[in-house]
Amino acid sequence: MRRRNTILTGTSLLVSYMGLALMASPVMAKDVVKIAYVGPLTGGVSNIGLGGRNSADLAVRLRNQDPKSKYTYELVVQDDECKTNVGVQVATKVAADKSIVAGVTHYCSAVAMATASVYNRFGMPAVVWGAVLPEVTYGNNYKEIHRVNGTMINQNDVAYKFMAAQGYKKWAIIHDTTDYGKGHNKYFSEFLQKGGGTVLGTFGVMADQQDFTTELTRIRALNPDVIYFGGLTPLGVRIRTQMDKLGIKAQLQGTSGIKSDAYIQGAGKELAEGSLSFIEGAPLEKLPGGLFFTAKYAQQKYGEPPEAYGAFAFTAANLIIDAVEKVGPNRSKVRDVLNKTKDADTIVGKVTFDDHRQNIVPLITKYVVENGAWVVWEDSSYGKGKRKLAGL
Amino acid sequence: MSEVSQYIFNGLMLGVIYAMVAVGFTLFFGVLDVIKFSHGDTLMVGAFAGLTASIVMLNIGLTSPALQLLAVIVFAVAVTGLLGAGIAKFLILPLRHAPPLNTLLATLMLGTVMREAIRLFYPDGSNPKPFPALLPTSMVELGDLSIRIDNLILLASGLLAIAGVHFLITKTKLGLAIRAVAQDGETARLMGINFEAVVLITFALGSGLAALAGVMNGLYYNEVNFNVGLLLGVIGFAAAILGGLGNIYGAIIGGFIFAALQVIGSAMLPALIPNVPSSYSDVFAFAVVIIFMAWKPTGLIAEKSSERV
Repeated sequence: MRRRNTILTGTSLLVSYMGLALMASPVMAKDVVKIAYVGPLTGGVSNIGLGGRNSADLAVRLRNQDPKSKYTYELVVQDDECKTNVGVQVATKVAADKSIVAGVTHYCSAVAMATASVYNRFGMPAVVWGAVLPEVTYGNNYKEIHRVNGTMINQNDVAYKFMAAQGYKKWAIIHDTTDYGKGHNKYFSEFLQKGGGTVLGTFGVMADQQDFTTELTRIRALNPDVIYFGGLTPLGVRIRTQMDKLGIKAQLQGTSGIKSDAYIQGAGKELAEGSLSFIEGAPLEKLPGGLFFTAKYAQQKYGEPPEAYGAFAFTAANLIIDAVEKVGPNRSKVRDVLNKTKDADTIVGKVTFDDHRQNIVPLITKYVVENGAWVVWEDSSYGKGKRKLAGL
Repeated sequence: MSEVSQYIFNGLMLGVIYAMVAVGFTLFFGVLDVIKFSHGDTLMVGAFAGLTASIVMLNIGLTSPALQLLAVIVFAVAVTGLLGAGIAKFLILPLRHAPPLNTLLATLMLGTVMREAIRLFYPDGSNPKPFPALLPTSMVELGDLSIRIDNLILLASGLLAIAGVHFLITKTKLGLAIRAVAQDGETARLMGINFEAVVLITFALGSGLAALAGVMNGLYYNEVNFNVGLLLGVIGFAAAILGGLGNIYGAIIGGFIFAALQVIGSAMLPALIPNVPSSYSDVFAFAVVIIFMAWKPTGLIAEKSSERV
């Protein structure tokens, strides 16, 4: 009898304690809200993906330090390997997990294209932080898909006008045959024809091709002023090194796809010198919140630099967090808030989504490699006329 | 004209690398009647071993390119030679009496294991690695044809390596033993030839040649990645089949033919059919191999068992 009593007392004590604990918890700790980050963490463009991950992580950490935030945020990181099949897999995994409210998604355009319908099907809002193919937002009407960075339409418009102003007239185009490369080829060729430039030859190559000597031999015979390359860093490095092997003196004009430190490391300082790239946004120090971002990023001592799209990943994560703060961790409500984003103040400037949830960023920056670093054209010795580009 | 000669030179460079891989396939097939599908990945391991050697040399302060190159080659060949002999001893010989399909599958799996192992365990192995340029890079201009010295050296050393293997097989005692085993293992044993030792040496030889091809590939493109062996393996195998599996001349010719097909594919296709990009060159080359096999199933130089290897 006594023993039973003891058990009863013990149990009731335990229950009341648990009750207390339950009651106390909302005051003691905030609810955890999960946000996904998906990007290429391995493979040829992993440097960009890791920089993006760190930047999204930074947004989460900064918000968690803020006592005024209503929730504790947790970043769920997934690797899409820049491959469509892997991308769809991880996108499905993330989107099917109802505890994840929204995602900061994709650098590779082909992957962003393949996963858009997945996010739509599961109703998970996604903010693209790096893919530049226009169709990611304009090729569908999924209310879930947003994008903070600009598209390759703006990029190639600026690129052609700039090159024409330098005095270039004849181009040879190499592009990879993914959506990304084909898109670049399409838009650049359009602007080029409109502007009166000449395309001597267009070469579609495989996204993992090793040998370009045949294409480059043909190009050498065509003798263009510029070789335009629409593709990503690994191929950019191979094309630049093999251009040198064949003694091609033309100017290499890249796209946002080669604007990474890995390009300079891969091709080497001497060969990379003078390569051009065009990219949405502006260098961190010239962005409205750039100095803030760089300082905070440095404090966290991440192993990798933020790279070209870090600021966009940071912005995407922040837009999502702001929406959650406003309406709580509810996918459809967060989506509606994101849809209506207008003049939001972010570190990349004002963000406004149009009717296809595409941020209207007018800003494109021109870069040139000088002494082993990407330098903004206007600040470079090239822009100041002290050095000359090739092929002129 | 200069364009054509440049194409020919590009094709020769590819051809010599393919031929070196194909010779390996042919050696293994000649000696043990096995198809070792991990051969391409052995090449990749060789390239990574060479890369490691060059990094180690830099770290201990030996920066002379000649010394580095020597270390790269010796280490790459030694590592893959041992690897090849190990594969033969622990995977291929035990499976000798199993159906040939088992060996083929087992080596195919082994290739994947090696590839993934490098990807996962080599520091930052999933990314392409810059391979150091250890050869002089000055340019020789012959009219409109520009050839770099390093490419010439690579071409010459590839041809030398193949000639060396050929000499070894046709003119030395070891070669005689290899040929004897290839022709009839049992009889060779009766004649007092150490069967297992000869098999292991053959595998070490073929793998060492692959390592050399891997290093050459790295020096040519200034890059290695964990995936490089996959396509090179398939191409080397196709080249060996094209020439007639089991015949060393066939393998060499097959390698150069395949390279020629690729170059023709990527140079001619876009010119002939406007909307076909040059990336279809592999499709073209492999399609020709299929058609060719239907026409001559035994390859260019048909195998006569008395002339194996």
